[in-house]
Amino acid sequence: MEIFLQILANGVMLGGLFAIVAIGLTLIFGIVKVINFAHGEFLMVGMYLTFLLTTGLDLHPYIAAAAVVPALFVLGALTQRFLIQPLLSARDEHVQIFATVGLSTALMNLALLIFGADIANTPVHGVRSQVQLGPVRVLEGQIWILVAAVALVIGLQFFMKRTTLGRAIRATAQNRAAAQLMGINDRLIYVLTFGIGAACVGLGSALIAPLYPASPTVGTYFVLIAFVVVVLGGLGSVAGAFFGAILIGIVDAMSGFYIGSDLREAVVFGIFLVILILKPSGLFSTRLNQSHVSP
Amino acid sequence: MLEVEHIDAGYGSTVILQDVSLRVDTGEVVTIVGANGAGKTTTLRCIAGLLQPRSGRIRLDGQDITELAAHDIVDLGITLIPEGRQLFPDMTVRENLMMGAYRREARACQSQSLSEVLDLFPRLAERLDQPAVSLSGGEQQMVAIARGMMARPKILMFDEPSLGLAPIIVSQVFEVIEQVAASGTTVLIVEQNVFHTLKVADRGYVLENGRMTLEDSAAALLADDHVRQAYLGI
Ligand SMILES: Nc1ncnc2c1ncn2[C@@H]1O[C@H](COP(=O)(O)OP(=O)(O)OP(=O)(O)O)[C@@H](O)[C@H]1O
Ligand SMILES: [Mg+2]
Repeated sequence: MEIFLQILANGVMLGGLFAIVAIGLTLIFGIVKVINFAHGEFLMVGMYLTFLLTTGLDLHPYIAAAAVVPALFVLGALTQRFLIQPLLSARDEHVQIFATVGLSTALMNLALLIFGADIANTPVHGVRSQVQLGPVRVLEGQIWILVAAVALVIGLQFFMKRTTLGRAIRATAQNRAAAQLMGINDRLIYVLTFGIGAACVGLGSALIAPLYPASPTVGTYFVLIAFVVVVLGGLGSVAGAFFGAILIGIVDAMSGFYIGSDLREAVVFGIFLVILILKPSGLFSTRLNQSHVSP
Repeated sequence: MLEVEHIDAGYGSTVILQDVSLRVDTGEVVTIVGANGAGKTTTLRCIAGLLQPRSGRIRLDGQDITELAAHDIVDLGITLIPEGRQLFPDMTVRENLMMGAYRREARACQSQSLSEVLDLFPRLAERLDQPAVSLSGGEQQMVAIARGMMARPKILMFDEPSLGLAPIIVSQVFEVIEQVAASGTTVLIVEQNVFHTLKVADRGYVLENGRMTLEDSAAALLADDHVRQAYLGI
């Protein structure tokens, strides 16, 4: 029983990590309707930034987040403004997909050029210390990731419902032309939303950096799971992505222990495919987040 | 106040509007009459900045607004209540109305505007916290009209405001339009209900196959043989 609880706790912690990567991805998809294939590389950029700030200035990685989050906001906003927006009028909207794939490759190669293929270890500053929570033990850093993911979900919900900018973002997602007729600058809304989505993964990257070494390809694994989570949660649903992430985290940890760590990913993707066939709109989808997907 | 000068416009390679000109003076109620597909909605979309004319100019109080983005045109005081409601489906009625008051000049008096439009459409007061998508078609049309009024524009453009409404509600909508005009707002209206519209309008234009063919006072258009035959069915 104790082992089971420990595995469950590991799964939930892993889920928090998947969630904090997936939230920005689903936000960008739900509002801007762009699949950001460079999302994993945004994570990678954030982790290297955290690495540089912690080693160069001897900062705590969580303090470094205060610089990494705005930096990623700017990266996201620039991506929308100078890569996606010029392609909005392209004959074929699939061009946008290739654009973000191209950005992903470019960022990966840039990191390879600057940092080489070796891993970069961000100083730990104590966040790898174990914490006893009742019958289970987890890393302090994992708890903070989970807390941050929950705070992001709640914070975004509040922001979208209660602030003028949040309402303008929802309005633009639900009916772009009508939003323009209200006086909303739709292009600016997309730029800001892309920035916010990137800032979310920026927060994730600063929290993840002391737990996982950075490498040019670190984003690819996380983002693959993030895509699974986003689809499971119902495309565009932030809360759905969170619960999807926790579910996948638990499945990952359980199958790793009870079935074999080699088969973990096979089980995760197997379950993903089954759910996709049985409930294509996602486990947690409601009418509300489906309408974000329609034009 | 508003001048449309010789605009050509269309979608893709199809030309819809050719050499369309019209003028709306301060405080006037002006209507554009035309058959289905004549280009009335296209004309209003050009003025609102949703569609860029290929040639010609659009001016507001002398300022060239032809190339401005739609949201800038809203800021200058031109609001379009679009054809087919175009609400934000998953937002509540209240949120939809509040979005109407998004433009800076209207934001300050949001709550006053809200109580004013709820006085005009008391039905909406009972539905404020329902998502817009759950309303009946007629109720949604009321939200669309009320949302446009929340912007407190200088010029309010209506595109088929009575579409899909029961006759009793239609006369209510025309009363609202008269009140809007009486409050000093300039009105440009496109309506299938031509007779009723010409009754409340000062002047009117006839648009046929993307060209303006006639311009006159509303009273004269009501008496015009061609208008009576083609649009009033008399
Ligand atoms: N988005 C579009 N793409 C291509 N063609 C369009 C588009 N919108 C309208 N049209 C065409 O432009 C022409 C004029 O349309 P418009 O909507 O301006 O007519 P209308 O006078 O408002 O008609 P109605 O009384 O039916 O509303 C129509 O032939 C229509 O098929
Ligand atoms: Mg029309």
